[in-house]
Amino acid sequence: MASGPAAVRPPLRFVLCGAVDDGKSTLLGRLLCDCRQVFADQMRKVEEDSRRWGTRGDQADLALLVDGLRDEREQGITIDVAYRSFETARRRFIVADAPGHEQYTRNMATGASNAELAVVVADARKGILPQTARHTRIAAMFGIRHVVLAVNKMDLVLWDRSIFQAIADEYRSLARDSGVENLRITPVSSLTGENLTRRRDSAGWYAGPTLLEHLETVDVESSIERESFRMSVQYVNRPDPDFRGYSGRVAAGRVAVGDRVHISPSGAETVVESIVVWQGARERAERGDSVTLTLANEVDVTRGDVIAEAFNPPGVTDQFQANLIWMSDRPLVVGRSYLLKIHSREVTATVTRIKYRLDVSRGSRLAGATLNLNDLGTVNIATNRPIPYAPFEQYPRLGSFIMIDPINNETAGAGTVNFALRRASNIRWQDFHVTREARQELKLQRARCLWLTGLPASGKSTIADLLEKRLHAEGHHTYLLDGDNVRHGLNRDLGFTEADRVENIRRVAEVARLMVDAGLIVIVSFISPFRSERAFARGLFASGDFNEIFVDASIEVCAARDPKGLYARAMRGQLRNFTGIDSPYEQPENPDLHLDTEKLGPEECVESILRLLV
Amino acid sequence: MSGKGESSGRTDRSGAHWLSALESEAIEIIREGAATAARPVMLYSMGKDSSVLLHLARKAFWPARPPLPLLHIDTTWQFREMIAFRDRMAAEAGVELQVHVNREGLKAGADPFADGSERYADVMITEALRQALDAGKYDIIFVGGRRDEEKSRAKERVFSFRDAAHQWDPKAQRPELWSLYNTRVQQGESLRVSPLSNWTEADVWRYIAAEGIPVVPLYFAKKRPVVEREGQWIMVDDERMPLEPGEEPRLLPVRFRTLGCYPLTAAVESGADTLEAILAETLATHDSERRGRLVDHDGDASMERKKRQGYF
Repeated sequence: MASGPAAVRPPLRFVLCGAVDDGKSTLLGRLLCDCRQVFADQMRKVEEDSRRWGTRGDQADLALLVDGLRDEREQGITIDVAYRSFETARRRFIVADAPGHEQYTRNMATGASNAELAVVVADARKGILPQTARHTRIAAMFGIRHVVLAVNKMDLVLWDRSIFQAIADEYRSLARDSGVENLRITPVSSLTGENLTRRRDSAGWYAGPTLLEHLETVDVESSIERESFRMSVQYVNRPDPDFRGYSGRVAAGRVAVGDRVHISPSGAETVVESIVVWQGARERAERGDSVTLTLANEVDVTRGDVIAEAFNPPGVTDQFQANLIWMSDRPLVVGRSYLLKIHSREVTATVTRIKYRLDVSRGSRLAGATLNLNDLGTVNIATNRPIPYAPFEQYPRLGSFIMIDPINNETAGAGTVNFALRRASNIRWQDFHVTREARQELKLQRARCLWLTGLPASGKSTIADLLEKRLHAEGHHTYLLDGDNVRHGLNRDLGFTEADRVENIRRVAEVARLMVDAGLIVIVSFISPFRSERAFARGLFASGDFNEIFVDASIEVCAARDPKGLYARAMRGQLRNFTGIDSPYEQPENPDLHLDTEKLGPEECVESILRLLV
Repeated sequence: MSGKGESSGRTDRSGAHWLSALESEAIEIIREGAATAARPVMLYSMGKDSSVLLHLARKAFWPARPPLPLLHIDTTWQFREMIAFRDRMAAEAGVELQVHVNREGLKAGADPFADGSERYADVMITEALRQALDAGKYDIIFVGGRRDEEKSRAKERVFSFRDAAHQWDPKAQRPELWSLYNTRVQQGESLRVSPLSNWTEADVWRYIAAEGIPVVPLYFAKKRPVVEREGQWIMVDDERMPLEPGEEPRLLPVRFRTLGCYPLTAAVESGADTLEAILAETLATHDSERRGRLVDHDGDASMERKKRQGYF
């Protein structure tokens, strides 16, 4: 064991991956054990556990050293990424042990995202499996340029050179296609440690370094010289009126006091006045450093802005193409609003188009209308506000993002930016002289959108019709957008799948917005079953211009009313994707008005709505 | 180390490089948590990891003071030296110190000797923590956990989601990619944030030495009164400890690798009375630091089970 931190190279973060049962956990257990990173009490525990759950008979099952969760030990698999630190006399390592089963691909991506190198394990008896290829492609997609293929269990094929060569040849072409720059292939045995931590005594044909030697010496640093300075502002530090610092971790390049810098997206320029650190200041900082900058001029900088070298600032865009991995049980829905977090910036974003899905095992492109759990694809994304960004290839920290489902806050997707789409910049918003205020004044009313949502036959159309009659009689200018009617024209091309329902609502919401801008009181009578789409609609309007009205009746009551006979058909299975039967209705959590139509008649409901308008 | 800038004069450049990388990562995590939290708090146990965490928080927000209170779950059974240290450090950092004791538990007579370690820890640590977190409505809770401590922690996220009952569901962890932390929670839910996730015990000692961070003297070897219980040295810190018939405290040179409640924290025989000696001992030892934690050995997968229930 090292007596101190005498490492030669900077610490190496690598991900360990490969198909299930190819021996990843055992390989890592062996590495830890031979580097004497396993304590005696931990080893005793493993020996006890081996007798209970081990797969090695009387021998200690080293995989049990790293399979940490109870379910994993019982099932003998690895279900989640485990992070291990270990060190040798030459280097410090942080290793992510990634799951091999296909259903845990998202965890493989998680492990790869913070790694500089991937060790891909393959079983000499089985060769390159679909999951081996899958992990290699995911590793490459997540920016890993250095890969080691460890052809494991060589002892079980009696160190047969031709078997090793055949696997190596097949893998070389796979790695080349995937974009791996630096590949090394090593025959090893995790069981004995040969060519893993020590040279094989009787090795005739393999003269290369052991896996550990390679890991200790490989150089994975990309050149800092070729980068321009970039730092996303994480935190604005303002303890008193005299100090205003911008804290963050330098994403790329170097910065020094006196450097001219550019702020994105505002475009302001200024000079770095000081680089503040604990109880002092320093002259310069570089990629990886957490620092606080103060700037010479009073410029407006907030969290999520990017401070960059003035001569080469980053791009700003609201539409881009990206590679995306989907990580949620709820499939990606084109057009639906998600939260997108890129460096320190959070915006609302929608996937506007799925260009193709990737068959990760074969590397081929497939058509697809959605992405399901563990799918990878190339998509177009639009954001509600412009974001400073960089292509992931160029600056990983400015070109990687996660997508969060606003309904349950889960991390639903993760992606990398390929390039900006230029379309957005060609459409400029035109300001006209006659404003919405002018239009509604002429009509002596306040324009707004009244959004009625509820199950089929809950009473929406009846209430909407009555409401419009009352408003019209009082001299108001109104328009009623009804679900069925709109589907005869504007939305004639849309069906009833989840994606089409989202698009249906998006169009209606946009039309309602135009009509409110025209000065009208717009009544929307739409099932609109999904919370996120109603939230999207609300987001189009200024606060106070939009009222969500929940027309509520139980499914039993609605089915009994069934004026169009639709429930009966849906229950007989003749009508698919029917809300309330085989398609969900997500009740509003905080509607502006809740109308219980099992208790209230249509007139009473309309009175309630009118009170809302006063 | 960034603290002293370019002119630190550290002889060991490469070691400094990785400590510096770990420090920058930890500061990034602390700032991200503070920037996105409605009500952040830092659990403070006076242990070496807590000491490093507090030091990093001071660095992260310099020249401002850390914009969060410290929270100490006081079991009333912690070593006396720890309490004195706690008050001194909070004052020096200029941060608010909150101390919470499970008064009902105390009234019900929770006692590590009479109850056994598991029931006692449930009442005076896990239950007490829940009470304090509920009362404070904290959404981001910084903790000093490290992935090298034990196996279930190796799988835990840096921003680790807890439901409204403070429970951890290892199978429903949010994927955590790059340094893009999902900090969103709904009312009542929270995140346990571990800036030291990628540190090892040796890193902690190296950093303490490099930065000159004060730690509780119990970490340094000294002659202390101990008795042997089930093969472990337990220090007799006050008169509440019942001695077995014929049991006589002995004065032995011992130190502690982890600190907690004295009846539940075993000492190791050691002559290491300097940071250098502690580091050398840490690198040469054959036992993990948690071996001295009696709580960890209560049944199989005990830490994972405790964490599911909300233990830190």
